[in-house]
This record gives sequence, C-alpha cells and structure tokens, in this order.
Amino acid sequence: MTEVVMTQTPPVLQGPSEKERKYDRQLRLWAASGQAALESANLLLVNSGSGTVGVETLKNLVLPGVGRFTIVDSTVVGEADLGVNFFLDESSLGKMRAQCSTELLLELNPEVQGDWYPKSEGTLNLQDFLATSTTFTMIMYTFPIQPDNLALLEAYGRQHNTPLVAIHSAGFYSYFRIFLPGAFPIVDTHPDETATTDLRLLTPWPELVEFAKELTKDIDGLDAHQHGHLPFVAILLHYLERWRETHDGTNPSTYAEKVAFRRLVQDAARRDNPEGGEENFDEAVAAVLKTITPSTLPSSLREVFEYKRTHPQEEHSGFWIIADAIYKFYEKHNCLPVPGNVPDMKTQSDVYIKLQNIYKAKARRDVDEVLKMVQATPGGRDVDPAEVELFCKNAAFVKLINPSGGGGGGNGSFDGGADRLATVTAEEFENDKNAEAFMGPLSLIPIYLALHATSHVFHPASSEQILAQVGRLVLGADENKRVVEAAEEVARAGGGELHNISALTGGMVAQEVIKIITKQYIPIENTCVFDGIGSRCQVVRL
Amino acid sequence: MAPDEIPAASGPRWQYLDRIRTRAGPFTNKEMFDGDAVVPFMDSMKILVIGAGGLGCEILKDLALSGFKDIHVIDMDTIDISNLNRQFLFRKADVGSYKAEVAARFVENRVKGVKITPHNCKIQDFDEDFYMQFQIIVCGLDSIEARRWINATLVNMVDEDVDDSLKPLIDGGTEGFKGQSRVILPTMTSCIECQLDMHAPRAAVPLCTIATIPRQPEHCIEWAHIIAWDREKPFPLLDKDDPEHITWLYQKALERAQEFNIPGVTYARTQGVVKNIIPAIASTNAIIAASCCNEALKIASNCAPSLGIPDENNYMMYSGNDSIYTYTFKHEKKDDCPVCGNLARDLDVDGRWTLGELVEALGVRPDAQLKKPSIRSEKKTLYMQFPPSIEEQTRPNLGKSLVELGLEDGEEIGVTDPAFATVSFKFKLRFK
Repeated sequence: MTEVVMTQTPPVLQGPSEKERKYDRQLRLWAASGQAALESANLLLVNSGSGTVGVETLKNLVLPGVGRFTIVDSTVVGEADLGVNFFLDESSLGKMRAQCSTELLLELNPEVQGDWYPKSEGTLNLQDFLATSTTFTMIMYTFPIQPDNLALLEAYGRQHNTPLVAIHSAGFYSYFRIFLPGAFPIVDTHPDETATTDLRLLTPWPELVEFAKELTKDIDGLDAHQHGHLPFVAILLHYLERWRETHDGTNPSTYAEKVAFRRLVQDAARRDNPEGGEENFDEAVAAVLKTITPSTLPSSLREVFEYKRTHPQEEHSGFWIIADAIYKFYEKHNCLPVPGNVPDMKTQSDVYIKLQNIYKAKARRDVDEVLKMVQATPGGRDVDPAEVELFCKNAAFVKLINPSGGGGGGNGSFDGGADRLATVTAEEFENDKNAEAFMGPLSLIPIYLALHATSHVFHPASSEQILAQVGRLVLGADENKRVVEAAEEVARAGGGELHNISALTGGMVAQEVIKIITKQYIPIENTCVFDGIGSRCQVVRL
Repeated sequence: MAPDEIPAASGPRWQYLDRIRTRAGPFTNKEMFDGDAVVPFMDSMKILVIGAGGLGCEILKDLALSGFKDIHVIDMDTIDISNLNRQFLFRKADVGSYKAEVAARFVENRVKGVKITPHNCKIQDFDEDFYMQFQIIVCGLDSIEARRWINATLVNMVDEDVDDSLKPLIDGGTEGFKGQSRVILPTMTSCIECQLDMHAPRAAVPLCTIATIPRQPEHCIEWAHIIAWDREKPFPLLDKDDPEHITWLYQKALERAQEFNIPGVTYARTQGVVKNIIPAIASTNAIIAASCCNEALKIASNCAPSLGIPDENNYMMYSGNDSIYTYTFKHEKKDDCPVCGNLARDLDVDGRWTLGELVEALGVRPDAQLKKPSIRSEKKTLYMQFPPSIEEQTRPNLGKSLVELGLEDGEEIGVTDPAFATVSFKFKLRFK
C-alpha cells in the first residue's frame, strides 16, 4: 500500500496504546477514521420473536466497540429462549429479555454503553420511547413485528434520515434488508490493490517523460546491471516512443497491436546472462495489457456524475461539492486526477523513490486543482481538504449506493414496494428457467417470499397459510414449485430460529452496519437472502 | 398449528432446534433420516473443535446451541489483548490464560447440560486413537500447516474394515471481510491437500531486494527482521509478541527507510509484517463459524442435506468487501493428491537442478509447500533432514545435480516432511 504522503511528519517511536492493541486486527481494515465513526454510533435494536438474530448482530458490533446500543423488547425470558440465545442464562428466566441480553452483551466490551426498554413487563410504547430517545444512527428490527410498530420505525427513519435494517431468521432461512434514507455515496471503497494501478503511460506528463528519457537515452549501451534495473515504467515509455515512430505517431490500441507491442518489449530483454532473461522486462511484458489502455470513466463514477440531487442537504454536502469539482476536472482534462500510487517494481531504490515522487507530485497538483475548484463553489470553503485528497485518490472507485434515493416505489416508501417485488419475482422465475439448463444456482427469491409472508405472524403458520399470503403479495407466485417448498421449510421452523443461521445472519448484518457507519467498503443493495440448506446467499434489489 | 402442538423431543428449551432436527422438511433425504433417533444420537456424540481463537470461540457457542453435548477443544495458545476484539469468551482478566480452558469453562457455564473438555496442547501431541473417538471434527485455525496435518491424519485413519473410521472434517477460515467454509469426507471427497493451491502463500520478497535495493516499507522491515536482528542479536531469541522486540525492529526499519527516503514504516506495519498479521473481525468469524456448525448439525442429524455429500457442493466462499457474495461449489478430488490420491503428482524439474534447488522448489510450489522435505528415489535415500547423523551423510547430495544423482525423467520420488509425520508425498519427475 503506497499512500500519497503529502507531508512527512516524523514518526513517533512509542508503541501502540492499549486500545490500539485491543483493536489492532480491525484497525487494519477500517483505520482510526472508521473506528471513530463506530465509536460515535448509537444503535437501536427492536427485537421480537425468538429474539436471537438481533442480539447476535449486536454482539458483533459491541466487540469492535460501537458507541452505544439500546434493545427494545417486551418479551419475558422463557425456557425456549435459553435453547437459542447465548446472551441469556439460567438466572434470566422470568426476567425481561432486553435487560438480560443487554447486561451480558455489555460484559464483552467495557467501552460500550447499552440500555434496554421497556423497564418492566407489558409497558412497551414504541412511540414514546422514540420520541424521548437521543437520535439513533441506525435502527435494526427483527420479524415478526407488529405493523403499527413497523410504521413508527419507518416514519422515524424518514424524519431523521436514519438507515433501517430489517432482519428475519427462521429455521434454515434468513434474509435482511437495508433501507437507506437517500442516495448513499462511498469514497473509501477499498478496491483490490491490484485494481488501483493507474500509471497514465499513454498520457505521460513532462516530468515523467523526462525521467524515462534520462534512464533510457542510451538503453543499448547500459551495462547488464543498469539494463536489468530499469523500472518497467521507463521501459514501457521508451518502447511506446519507438512504436509511435513506426506507427504514424499512434499508440498500440487494438488487442493485436498490444500483443505486437508486447512482443517488441519481450524481444528487447537481454538473454545473454545466467538467468536467461531480465526480471524488469518480465514485469514490463506482464504490465502491457493492463497499463497500455486509455483511461475511461468507470460506470460507477458515471453514475455519480449523472445523479440528479433531490435532497436539499445534498447541496451542502462535501461529497457532492467535490464530485462536481472532479466532474469539471474530468471535462477539462478528459481524465481523472492521478491517484499517485506506484506498484513495486524491480529497480534501484533511488530510482524508484524518484519515480514515486514524480507520481506523488502530479497527484498533489491534481488535488490542488480540484481543491481550488471546490473552494470556488458556494460552501466549498468548509470542505475538509483531506476529504478532497481522499476523493481524488479513489475517484475511479467511488460508488453511489441507492442512487434512486428513497426507493423506486414513490409515496415516501423505503423500498420499491409491491410492484417492484412482483417485477423482480417474475424476472427471477424467468432466469431460473435458464439457470436450470446451465446448472447455475437457482434464485433465492422463493425463500424471501415465504419469510416475507410471515412478517407479522406471531404463531407457527402452516405452509398453506404461508402460500396464501405469498399469493396475496405476488399474484400467482404461490403456484411456483420452489415457493411451495420454501413455504414448507418455513412452516417447519414454526417461527423459531436455528442458532447457527441467526449467528451467521447476525455476522452479515454486522458487516453491513459497519460498512454504513464507517462509510467504507460497499454495502449491499438492498436485500440479502441466505439459504442454510444450500449454504449460499443472493443479493437482490427490491 | 399452535406452538404447543409442535413436538419438542428434548423438552421446551430445545423446541426451536427440535422442530428442525427431528422433523423432515421438503429437502430432507427421507431414506437417511430418522427423526426419533436424532436426539439420542446427538446426545451421545463426541465432536472435536480444533482452535479456540476467533473461529473457535464462535464454534463452541454454536455447537453448544446446536444440540451437541460432548465437545472437546484443542488449542495450545494463551490469550493476548489483541484477541479481545472478537474472541468474545475472553475478558481482559483472562489475558495470559489458556484459550481452550477459558473458552470451555465459559460455554459450559452459560449453556446447561453441555460438557466441554479443553486440551491446552498441540494437535500433534495426540495420536490416531485420540482422534478415533470423535464423530465429527470442526477446525477453526489460522495455520495451513495444522490444517494439513489433521487432514493427512484423518485421511490415514480411514479403514474400510473399521466402523466409523471416516470422520467428516469441517474447516473454516477468515481474512478481513472474507472467508470460506468447507466439508471434507476423507478419502471420499476433495481434501485440504487437494485444495492447497487455492491458498497459495504470498510471494516472498527476493533477498537481494531486501539486502541491497529496498523500495517499500516492507523491504525495510524485512531487512530489520532478517538481517539486522541476526547481525546485532539485541535479545537472545526473537519474541514476536514482546513489544520491546518489535520496537527494536521498528527502529531499525525506520533508520533504514530514512536512509533510502522510503516513507510508510510504522509500528503497526512492522508488527504486521513480522507476525504476518491477518486482519480479523468478529462479524466474519461469526459468519464462517456458524456456516461450519450449520453443516455439523446437518451431518449429525441428516435433517437437511449438508455440504460435502459426494458429487455435491463441498465449499462455500464468502466475500463481504463489495456487497455480499457467496460462491458455493464442488471442489473436485484430485487423483494425484499426495494425501488422498493414488497417483504420483507430476513435478516439472530441470535435470541440471541441484537436489538443493529441488528442495527449495518443493517449499515454494503452491501445491506442495513442503518446508523441510526429506527425499527418497525409488532406489535410494537422497536427502534426510533427520536424524542429524543421516542429514550430515546425505547433505553432500544437495550440491549434486539430479542427473548426477541418477534420477531419470518419469521417475517417482517420495517426500516426507516432519509437519506431516505419517504421509509420504509421491511426485513423478518430469524433466524439462
């Protein structure tokens, strides 16, 4: 990992603090910035049913140090709870489940705060509770849920722009859905390191050209050591120059031309040495197809550029001000700011550092240009330059989740609504006809339908009852053979959870909650269904 | 149907579990399933968990709440503060205690009626008799070496004439937001050795880069680790868990980085390189451990088809970096697998190679990864790492070429490695 180090502060020689040691393995994933976001989050779990999946989710958020959580659950602990929920014990029997689980969860991490509601049996008033609580960062709720409580949570989410997560786990099946209050942009998406190399060999700037020329001006006269330590960037720039001399000044562009160019580079390696070749030329050859490519605008960034803003607060958000500036930069230069990282390559230390500095300096200039554009925008003076720098570095990988804002269903609903479900179901059934022919995995939408049909069912339902409800949700879906099987499987669970499936689902939900709170990595859009019989999941946009 | 009409074979506490494990569903293989026999069978079953770390803690919890009553757990490690962000059975006061012991005690106290026996030792300390007592083995390990050892041991234990000598092996692994779970029926389905090349070790940095032309912070750290430490020996033995030792390496790496103007050497990165730290979080461990235990429940009860049924899927890959993606597939058994196959595996060599170069190649090949190989040809012993007297006797062979040693194209060699005591890896030499 090579960062664009703009200023060199002298490093501190002391070891890590106790907190850094405790969180070391996760700080390597989301860094101090992600940790700070996690520690300032305030989560709500509205728990129900057999009650395990939500608590398992919280466990995975308490351990990495989420700031604060509250469990709302009016259930009194019974025998069946102890067979499925790890955060209860014998002494919990007859007590409020919310309280017992909160206390056992808090043991996991003394830095986390937790609370429960209601304080005594039979007094759950969700409306009062929401009205008197500090604003929540995210809300998770589990099925089955009373329709009026669900409506209260959805209203809260709209009013406070709070992301909601709906979770349903029964028997071998589960799903969860994420409802984001609007378009959700992510800059720090953590792409694979190998994907981020962007060397601009087809559009080098003067300093880079000069650097390569200096190293390669007498390429044939270099001694074995010098020749064997030319950085591959200089090798490719040199032979591109040669190529253009014999190709009317054009770069290799078709696949055949690139292969021919690769051959040209390959043939230039010296083989009269004990190794029978040169490692730096091998690196150059291997890099041809990937690096000799004009830079194009990635579709995910195009989506950002083309997004029509609807929320008034988007006008003042740093993200959109920077996105506008990057767009102007792109229009002006026909390329994105240079990210500035240079992959490791065989060469002398000082040559590599010089090359690295050339890329860093160019990245710095591009950041400065974007920053000036940002600061010329109304409200742009308030934008943190570090945010501009991060955006420039990751521009090609910036991602907009939920671009259609509050769901495609209109009328303020969080998702695409019943029409969207019917459309997706029809598409999935159609795809399954092909999947069967190609032995591909079949759709998990039948599982979603069967679980969704029991969203508000608090007693074990028969497969007939489940199918009847599926038919009301999506006309005719109850006749599909795989939906019938899924309904039988859901009926088998009788609304009860299997600990493993809830632990697994709680892991997936916690990952997604962390991604949304830290604004790092890429969350799902917007529904994930898990099949514990086939051991696989499917993400689908509903 | 009202809730009390659903039978609960082992009482109200386990009613949710019993609804599933004692009653067939639409996907249950009815010929293999006897709902009445499940509870007595699982009550008497012995299951072994290898590893009481990030995955192991989760596995113990999940098995205890899946109806397993007699669980053993092996782990030689003690608790470190950096475990506490995910190994949720441990508290700060437990730092320094044995993981297996603390984890076993915690789950036993929490879940009534479950017996957990801890073993604070290495898996290699036990012989086949020990492993024979279990019906299922679940692994939550961070080391490929240990996985290969238990895999080879379980493959060797399979004996057609001995009932229950085939032990299903369920294995989980995680790295950051990613992980995998897999089920192996030793000798019947693809084993860990068959899948070894899916977990190729990271390419090592060439020594000359570290010694003479460092470019990355990692090169400076490796220099401090490999060269400076050896030269200056600031402490008698390098303890990678001792902050004083890591600080020494960090300072050395930093000096070297400053000499070459290389940015980016930090304490955390020094520790990461030296200890080969893999990022780990609670949520990923929860996913993979639960997937493994879900398979264990299905195997133990037959209440639904599991991974690892011959000719069916046996491997689930999970990735949570970019949305969520699972890929569940069948990894094919390899006929030339050195552990579970019958055929020798082709090994491309050059007759001009010295035996020493062959030894090196066996260490780095993704499908071999044998770090301390002893080699025999069909005719004679070529090189033995142990005992020292034989090592000395055979050492001169390391300098001789394969041709000089009389090896021929197509000849089979047998390779043993102390990491896999009982197994002889067969390779067929293919001269370039």
